[in-house]
Amino acid sequence: MDLLLGAVVIGVLLGCFYAAVSLGLSVSFGLLDVPHVAHPAFLVMASYAVYFLNDRFDIDPLLAGLLITPALFLFGLAAYRLYYETFEKRGSDAGVRGIAFFFGIAFIIEVLIILQFGVDQRSVTASYIGKAWRIGDMRIPIRLVVAFAVAAALTIVLALYLSRTFMGRAIRAVAQDQEALRLMGANPVKIKQWAFGIATAVLGIAGALLIIVAPVEPTLDRAYIGRTFCVVVMAGLGSMTGTLIAAIILGVVETIVLTLFGASWAPAISFAMLLGILAVRPQGLLGRRS
Amino acid sequence: MRRNSIAFWVGAALFLLAVVLMTQLIRNEYPFFAGYVILQFVVLAVAWSILGGYAGYVNFGTSAFFGVGVYTAVFLSKALGAPLAVQIAAAATVGALLGFAVGLLTLRMQGIFFSIATIALTIVIETSVTNWRFVGGAAGIQMQRPPVTPPFETYVQMLFCVQALLVVVAVAVARYIQSSWIGRGLQALKDDELAAECTGVPTLRLKVLACVISGALMCAAGAPAAMYLQYADPSSAFNLNYSVSVLAMSLIGGTAHWAGPVVGAILLGVTQQLLAVTISSEVNVLVLGVMLVLFVVAAPEGLIGLIRKAGRYRARGEA
Repeated sequence: MDLLLGAVVIGVLLGCFYAAVSLGLSVSFGLLDVPHVAHPAFLVMASYAVYFLNDRFDIDPLLAGLLITPALFLFGLAAYRLYYETFEKRGSDAGVRGIAFFFGIAFIIEVLIILQFGVDQRSVTASYIGKAWRIGDMRIPIRLVVAFAVAAALTIVLALYLSRTFMGRAIRAVAQDQEALRLMGANPVKIKQWAFGIATAVLGIAGALLIIVAPVEPTLDRAYIGRTFCVVVMAGLGSMTGTLIAAIILGVVETIVLTLFGASWAPAISFAMLLGILAVRPQGLLGRRS
Repeated sequence: MRRNSIAFWVGAALFLLAVVLMTQLIRNEYPFFAGYVILQFVVLAVAWSILGGYAGYVNFGTSAFFGVGVYTAVFLSKALGAPLAVQIAAAATVGALLGFAVGLLTLRMQGIFFSIATIALTIVIETSVTNWRFVGGAAGIQMQRPPVTPPFETYVQMLFCVQALLVVVAVAVARYIQSSWIGRGLQALKDDELAAECTGVPTLRLKVLACVISGALMCAAGAPAAMYLQYADPSSAFNLNYSVSVLAMSLIGGTAHWAGPVVGAILLGVTQQLLAVTISSEVNVLVLGVMLVLFVVAAPEGLIGLIRKAGRYRARGEA
């Protein structure tokens, strides 16, 4: 029983971390309908940037994540521009070729990381990594608590941004009805580009959390395709609070299965949940529209 | 049409004859090693484009089917000591069943959701095989090749011929589908599924049928791989690289005609073999990514599309 309780606590902490790495996808795939399978590759790339700053200049990983955020924002703007010019503008089967396009990008990023940093696992150093709190029999790694707090803050900030600011509301409007927005005299492409920039910028902090929680390796993005898409699809495309809840569900289920059946089943959990959800609800659990 | 058919079968017979002659004339083992991989990708790409090209359903589960083919062969060889032909036939059957299951499970999913579901399926099957002790689990399993039968001198030469035979089967099936009512139905549902359904095209049945055929061919292509490598392990048998390579080959060649994936697979397959030998396997994957992005952006219809466009311009110029 204690074992299970421990699993649930760790699962909730882990779930918040999963929310942080899925938030960007929740915007880009959930709101903008971009089949962004390179999202986890962008995430791992951000982690390596954090690793570089931490290793070379001894900068705290979270601060490093904040430092690379503006660069990621610009990168996101450029990536969406390229995607828009080559796919959305031409119309037709943008989704089908778009997913192939993003897979190509993901592979290129993977190899560039391998060529630059090698295939070994990399990790960062900070005062809060490697220590743990003990509550009774339970051992809670402080790195998970840090990830939990930062992830929760990030989710709240992004949710507030999307609901309170002018630009945030514009992003939700463009997701709802692009044509109506055009009739109002706004340029939907510019808003979507901005939104994609935000979705990529969030990866700075998320990437820092990824490398704080566990060491990263160049092909780690493949495991996170399952986790991030599972969270976003389960969340009901585009809802930030939904993302948080879905991520916590995934975190708890993953930790419980790990405790009961062992680590070798870990990779399949998120994908199996995703498959189950898609089989029952082809448009996602709380599908925004058909 | 008739003359086309004769030309095709004569071409296929000549191709097989050339392959058998190669095994008798060439003493060096390497061409067969490299050629086997390229032929294997031709089968996979042609099989992929039956569902992905004609019907427009982007399947990222190529590695799932390939890996299931590999492990069907591993299981049969370990449990019963079954010969290669039985392994391939069984793999094709299992592949057809898996294709049927995939078709049923993903019937109502469209676009990217179908693609994501197929990735998910790959990982779920891979993890199950990883936890299956009998076939070696995560550590993999060593395979013992049986003695080779004449006229072949080595086992790899024989596998090369077997894979060449599978190429002919796959292309013949794809060619038949393309020119029959099945292909026309799939094309209709690719353009507009709702409109196709409304005009009486049995879209659901056609999709499942495409899944079954495509799956059977992919699994059959995977079956000899265990004997080829004399080794099988889940993380390489189910590697996502197979899915993306095959996708890239089909898109590079063009998916509107069966020749597209053949051309794409030969082009990319040969490039990959050369690069893997001369530079490194990382650069190999980099080239795969770059080619995929380049073709998707610059030539959405693939090489076949480019050639057709060039032909159209010339025809207009002459007129």
